[in-house]
Amino acid sequence: MLLSIRSLTKTFPGTRALDAVDFDLRAGEVHALLGENGAGKSTLIKCLTGAYRRDGGTVVLDGAPIDPQSTAHAQELGIGTVYQEVNLLPNLTVAQNLMFGREPRRWGLIQTRAMRAQARAMLAQYGLDLDVDRDLGTYSVAIQQIIAIARAVALSGKVLILDEPTASLDAAEVRMVFDVVRGLRERGLGIVFVSHFLDQVFDLTDRVTVLRNGRRIVTADTASLDRVRLIEHMLGRELEDATSHQALARGPRPPMLEFRGLGRRGMVEPFDLAVGQGEVVGLAGLLGSGRTESAELLFGLLGAHSGQARDQQGPLDLRSPRTAIAAGFGFVPEERKTDGIVADLSIRENIILGLQARRGWARPIPRGEQNRLADDYIRRLDIRTSGREKRIGELSGGNQQKVVLARWLAMNPRFLILDEPTRGIDVGAHAEIVRLIHELVEQGMSLLVISSEIDELISVSDRVIVLRDRRHVAELTGEEIAPNRIMQAIAATERAA
Amino acid sequence: MNTRALPLYVTVGIFLLAYLVFWLQFPNILSTRVIGNLLTDNAYLGIVAVGMTLVILSGGIDLSVGSVIAFSGVFIAILLRDTSLHPLLVFALLLALTTAFGAGMGFLIDRLAMPAFIVTLAGMFLARGAAYILSIDSVPIQHPFYEALQKAYWLMPGKGRLTLIGVLMVLTFVVGMIVAHKTRFGASVYALGGGEATARLMGVRQGRTTVLVYAFSGAMAGLAGIVFSIYTGSGYSLATVGTELTAIAAVVIGGALLTGGAGYMFGTFVGVLTMGLIQTYIVFDGSLSSWWTKIVIGILLLAFILLQKGLLKLSQMRLAKGT
Repeated sequence: MLLSIRSLTKTFPGTRALDAVDFDLRAGEVHALLGENGAGKSTLIKCLTGAYRRDGGTVVLDGAPIDPQSTAHAQELGIGTVYQEVNLLPNLTVAQNLMFGREPRRWGLIQTRAMRAQARAMLAQYGLDLDVDRDLGTYSVAIQQIIAIARAVALSGKVLILDEPTASLDAAEVRMVFDVVRGLRERGLGIVFVSHFLDQVFDLTDRVTVLRNGRRIVTADTASLDRVRLIEHMLGRELEDATSHQALARGPRPPMLEFRGLGRRGMVEPFDLAVGQGEVVGLAGLLGSGRTESAELLFGLLGAHSGQARDQQGPLDLRSPRTAIAAGFGFVPEERKTDGIVADLSIRENIILGLQARRGWARPIPRGEQNRLADDYIRRLDIRTSGREKRIGELSGGNQQKVVLARWLAMNPRFLILDEPTRGIDVGAHAEIVRLIHELVEQGMSLLVISSEIDELISVSDRVIVLRDRRHVAELTGEEIAPNRIMQAIAATERAA
Repeated sequence: MNTRALPLYVTVGIFLLAYLVFWLQFPNILSTRVIGNLLTDNAYLGIVAVGMTLVILSGGIDLSVGSVIAFSGVFIAILLRDTSLHPLLVFALLLALTTAFGAGMGFLIDRLAMPAFIVTLAGMFLARGAAYILSIDSVPIQHPFYEALQKAYWLMPGKGRLTLIGVLMVLTFVVGMIVAHKTRFGASVYALGGGEATARLMGVRQGRTTVLVYAFSGAMAGLAGIVFSIYTGSGYSLATVGTELTAIAAVVIGGALLTGGAGYMFGTFVGVLTMGLIQTYIVFDGSLSSWWTKIVIGILLLAFILLQKGLLKLSQMRLAKGT
């Protein structure tokens, strides 16, 4: 056994984040670590990487008990980590990033040529042949991720922790990173793989450990698990078939909004879109296919170079988010942390933000009204918090997303755009948000949902529009809304993964 | 092509182009005499810009340097007037003092997580005030050693004078280049400018690096103060007001990103020379008001900021295309 953790315990004020967790990692295996937010995954990882000190239990690496004090110490011991956001410096060259802190020197001066050669040799192990003098930032995220892996392996070399490394990659890039991970498995590294994408877990990993509420629920061979069982372990409650591909059949909807020839050069080709009352339109496509850009055009965040919008009464002004909001639009952006929430404000303040902006700052919403609104939405959306005055930055991703939704619901929009509403959210909150979407539609709200998860799109959409290369290429309705049809439309000629 | 070096090429291009245009008008401008003066007249600015470059690369700013130069001049002048210490000893004392002053500011910036702008702004007032306390009047420096320093030059072919302080500036830039581009400390500075949290994860000792960066800048400001006192032969507490801003301008014209993490020491050198060249042209022309220097520098600064924005856009677009 490469890494052996016994009864690891970590307590924070008020919560026991890890409760006597056992975890084993063999050399030459990819071991998935799964769990909802708050299950203890990140605490376990932080105890391993030295970001946290454990309160109890033992960690044995290669037969020797260890106690990592810091990220650097963990690396020396042999445990390297690659995070979701690439933790390298885009302004340094590839070679500088790879060799940072270990540059070959003579008389205290860095030997640039030797550094370059070593960097190239490192990348060659991963089948990459790059210009190592180019800035890291000029390469795609997938390449950057592989470079981060290369650095982590070179620094540590025994255990590699991949913390949601694929969250911002598209399918082809994921395959590229996985090939690298498989290569490392061959070389005998122990790899811990954390991901929200169950497909990837089944695709890549040998064993799975599920945590829930700080306890280990199960460790099993991936091949022996089926998807529903796994989700049950994670949620600890029965789910109606979460992988259901059942399309909705609600029939045609009364027309409400119509967009004609909306487009912006270099971003999205002009497209037509009609949205009915109480209809959910799904946007499918790979990263960079123009999904987000389409949404931003509709919301006036990007200025359109062409096209117009109208409803049943007449033309709409979508020149800015302000006018779009006045037209009854809402937009839940993809980047929740930077674009969705104001991290330092409380839940209450985040919820009333939009409403207050519409009223104008000269007429503050009475505090009692604010409290009532906040409490109301905390209850209705089941936002898990100790109170409405808690800083939103302290909530989990799923709860933050619910607050962002609450902000829009308080404004009662007729057309709400959701860009990746479930990204980076645990499975439980995921299901709740999907349920919420259904509820909103029943109340007559129209939605535009962007998602990389095809199952999710299918389970909420009346209609799915597929984008490819910044163009709306297909529109699927009714029976046509099926994973293989969508995949085919995305992939066009090449076969989908 | 790597877009990171483009601002540097543009800087060098602008400098050469400007020189060419001026040369067509005044052939004399391409003489060792003018070049010697260019180095001498801008020696203190160049030296202080070396420190500023490192600070800006790290993502910070140092507003105190202009005041520190003035303080240095007064400090030296007073000590030479009132004591019998040898100038070299005074220099050593001064450098120790300004280095410690810079290190202190770096310590505050790091420990209290305060914006460098505020801390060094306080430092600016502090150093200026300290200079006033020493003397409100201009204090002449009369010392045989000083006279020797002022007269030390190498006569280049063409009767140009390569002065001691001019050479000192060039040497400072060489040291600056080595520190910035060839040491782990320099790499740490770029890393900090690229992103503090990431830099820490990659093993940069943030506190140590920040303190060293501002200590270096303080040392450079002290050295610039020595050079300025040799250049003017006096110490005056009202001297070099706004020099910190001129130095920042030189760094930006040299192609460094004000947000940190990108730029070259050599670019700053060319930036300083470009600004000096414009001044020289105005002197040659004779009819232009010296305010034109400021206007041209303003235009150049604006052009460079626009250029960098454009480059940023360009590289983002290329990245989006997936090259």
